[in-house]
Amino acid sequence: MHDRSALLHFVFGRLTWSAIPYDSPILVGTFVVVAVFGIMLLGAVTYYGKWGYLWREWFTSIDHKKIGIMYIVLAVVLLLRGFADAIMMRSQQAIAFGSNMGYLPPHHYDQIFTAHGAIMIFFVAMPLIVGLMNFVMPMQIGARDVAFPFLNNFSFWMTVAGAILFMLSLFIGDFARTGWLAYPPVSELRQSPGVGVDYYIWGLQIAGVGTLLSGINMVVTILKMRAPGMTLMKMPIFTWTALCTNALIVAAFPILTASLALLSMDRYLGTHFFTNDLGGNVMMYINLIWIWGHPEVYILILPIFGVYSEIVATFSGKPLFGYSSMVYATVAIMILSYLVWLHHFFTMGSGADVNSFFALATMIISIPTGVKIFNWLFTMYRGRVRFDVPMLWTIGFLFTFTIGGMTGVMLSVAPADFLLHNSLFVVAHFHNVIIGGVVFGAFAGINYWFPKAFGFRLDPFWGKVSFWFWLVGFWVAFTPLYVLGLMGVTRRLSHFTDPSLQIWFQIAALGAFLILLGIAAFLIQIVVSIRNREALRDHTGDLWDGRTLEWSTSSPPPQYNFAFTPRVHERDAWADMKQRGYKRPTEGFRPIHMPKNTGAGVILAALAFACGFGLIWYMWWLAAASFAALVAVAIGHSFNYHRDYNIAAEEVVRVEQAYSRQLSAQVSAS
Amino acid sequence: MSRPSEESQAHAVTPAGHGHDDGNAIAHGTLKGYLTGFVLAAILTVIPFWLVMDHVIRNKEVAILIVMALAVVQIVVHIVYFLHMDTSSEGGWNMLALIFTVVLVVVVLGASFWVMYNENANMMPMSPQYVHHHLGA
Amino acid sequence: MNTTALDTVNSPAPEFYCAEEPHPENGTLLGFWIYLMSDCFIFASLFACTAVLGTNYAAGPSAKDVFDLTGLAINTAMLLLSSVTFGFAMLEMARDRKRATLAWLAVAGLFAAAFVGLEVSEFSHLVMEGAGPDRSAFLSSFFTLVGTHGLHVTFGIIWLITLFVQVGKYGLTEDNRRRLYCLSMFWHFLDLVWVGVFSFVYLVGVLR
Repeated sequence: MHDRSALLHFVFGRLTWSAIPYDSPILVGTFVVVAVFGIMLLGAVTYYGKWGYLWREWFTSIDHKKIGIMYIVLAVVLLLRGFADAIMMRSQQAIAFGSNMGYLPPHHYDQIFTAHGAIMIFFVAMPLIVGLMNFVMPMQIGARDVAFPFLNNFSFWMTVAGAILFMLSLFIGDFARTGWLAYPPVSELRQSPGVGVDYYIWGLQIAGVGTLLSGINMVVTILKMRAPGMTLMKMPIFTWTALCTNALIVAAFPILTASLALLSMDRYLGTHFFTNDLGGNVMMYINLIWIWGHPEVYILILPIFGVYSEIVATFSGKPLFGYSSMVYATVAIMILSYLVWLHHFFTMGSGADVNSFFALATMIISIPTGVKIFNWLFTMYRGRVRFDVPMLWTIGFLFTFTIGGMTGVMLSVAPADFLLHNSLFVVAHFHNVIIGGVVFGAFAGINYWFPKAFGFRLDPFWGKVSFWFWLVGFWVAFTPLYVLGLMGVTRRLSHFTDPSLQIWFQIAALGAFLILLGIAAFLIQIVVSIRNREALRDHTGDLWDGRTLEWSTSSPPPQYNFAFTPRVHERDAWADMKQRGYKRPTEGFRPIHMPKNTGAGVILAALAFACGFGLIWYMWWLAAASFAALVAVAIGHSFNYHRDYNIAAEEVVRVEQAYSRQLSAQVSAS
Repeated sequence: MSRPSEESQAHAVTPAGHGHDDGNAIAHGTLKGYLTGFVLAAILTVIPFWLVMDHVIRNKEVAILIVMALAVVQIVVHIVYFLHMDTSSEGGWNMLALIFTVVLVVVVLGASFWVMYNENANMMPMSPQYVHHHLGA
Repeated sequence: MNTTALDTVNSPAPEFYCAEEPHPENGTLLGFWIYLMSDCFIFASLFACTAVLGTNYAAGPSAKDVFDLTGLAINTAMLLLSSVTFGFAMLEMARDRKRATLAWLAVAGLFAAAFVGLEVSEFSHLVMEGAGPDRSAFLSSFFTLVGTHGLHVTFGIIWLITLFVQVGKYGLTEDNRRRLYCLSMFWHFLDLVWVGVFSFVYLVGVLR
């Protein structure tokens, strides 16, 4: 560093060889595994000559269905990383008592829990819901794509760029040690002078741009592109939840952007927003970040409520009970979610008046959720319930999430929160609702819509195995944490001195191991399903006897979704069509106007990644050059006015006739 | 440079080649509209500047409230005369989005101010020496 | 509520698909408006910081010491004139007059550039006096809020130049009109935010 030439310093900023963690065996081992798998994967793609296919058909695709699938693939890959962090934490906490310091020193452990939280929220849960909404919603409203297909592709790649920055911190430099929300003053430059917090900031800022644009995209799609006859109160419930979720994204994510920007200004420009000196106010960050943070958790759960609504109705063979009240409940949750954020920091000095207001608001927000639970139960009542895998996940959710919600109401009692704040009780509560809610719902949705996406369903046996390991594993892993939290044990500790606590941590570790088996079963499910896809083939496109328009298409749907835009008369449009003797049109097909694929999204996101990397490592020339290039490419892209093309009528005829043949073969075979 | 022509009535302009119903036609202004907006905005700017620069109002809090109220009025002027927003823009969705945003922004600003005021009030009292030594102030 | 069983024998089956392709309305203007609403939240966060931190002078320069209200008045006039002249450009666009549109666009751009120039000189003057954004939380929030607004205006000018070239080259096509509408919304929105800035940051700032 001292005799480093000025040129090296200019080119590489603060990046030196010491940024590579040779001395950490865990990281070296991880790198070796990742490198081996990576080389095998890239090698296989090259060997089979699939780069052109991947680029043309997937990476540059503006098709909402493909983008949705890519989001979910991203989420599953990052789930493996986030869960590896979880296993490491559970095993450390199970053994680190008294003189045994465990295998993770605190500075490493702190990075793990920070990465675990940030990755699970931003790069697993968010891509899962955005992916599901992307895939399903346009078909549910009878549209051919979203309002801004190119922006959709760009949003995806920005999310990937953020994820890559996060993952890169494993091997070059290190990650933040601040917890997933990076509270100052720990996240300020004085206490975190390294690159970790900067990886966190820029990874999230880049991914955040993608998310915000996606939010705008989907709101406009739902408001402007519904099929004729589909009024708002005839939309599927999943579309309603998608609308409210994306409105929340538009309202909440800018505040995350601003908060992280202000933190980055403190770190880069020496400003004093959140510093301890010269007038800064640490609590302002906490206030702002939770104004984002609370709506964020409702952003995660609302679309999943929509998933459950679709599944419960379909697998009970009945329309959803209480559609209007479901809509009002969703809207109420959307608005109320903006009025409760202080319950994340009751203990941090705002006083009884303020705490009381937010405590009451938090209790109130549980009511519309309760309405939903009752509506799902009443939908099942007197229905002919089929316990396919999506329904199993749903029933697991109904039980698990309800209890998690109740512990949330316990936490909302401000005086009780003075014991429970920052304890393992909180950790158990939010995992209860996020796993029981979002994760179970994601698996339910994946199992439900997978046949639509790929033309064959997922193997039911391995799906059930995965479900049971997840359900039992979750309860075994987190019930001990409730107990520990009520006893007052603090979160985020890597070592304990009280040996009487150890048994609880050991049980929790067992639970984590059971969940690991659940994840393994899910991966096996995918592999087995691909191997047996002919036996699992969906020939009709309507495998589950669905109620909404996506089930009126083939599996997988044609690129243009619908040869003719549907005309909607009732709620549950597809159920209505089937009931009234709908006949699929077999002639009169016309050319269909569709947007073209484009590589601009990949290029822009790559430039954003380069800019982020430059900012993190103080390589100012790289940051400036890539930012300038970003602006130049964006301007250049705007000179391209010819972004559409027509699918020829003959092509539509060919696709539709193939589907007709498939359907009639199915009829004559049965 | 030519001057924009006078038009007596606003009319909806539709993108070439497509017919749209009135609810979704893109509104645009008139010369009269822009000039009215300009004059109103100018007046609503001059008044608060004058009030503050000439120390017209004795009471600090009242002065602040007046300045902010005038700002709100001028913002409405901008929305009506420059952004041409009314309840029919984009089939009513622009107005709804605006109301949604305004409500939440008021919540964010108001509640943040309330919360942070209370947080600051509950801070440990500090001696001048402590403040000087630790906070550089 | 779903229908009960219909008498399908006597009534004809309703049309379930559109033989004539309906044209969905273009969503760009609504989408851009919603983007502007999201921008409101960014500015709201920065205004909140000004509200909370705006009197934390840290024994350094205060608002009274630092704000030049005469210069502010000139700046405000520049931006307001920029907004009105952009409106004139839109009037010319509605009348299909390309060259007049481009002329008024240039005028609007120049007023906005004057605004940015005056602001940059204000900032550099303050920094040189030791009243930069790192001096206190008050100055941090001032520089950030006003600077964020100024950055938005700067990007608007870059966008204006791009559209100037595109309209010059391709004319007032439907796409270009839509882009000009979006830019005009952006332009007026920034003037609207400036009303909040000069009122709350500057005027109220010297009163606090």
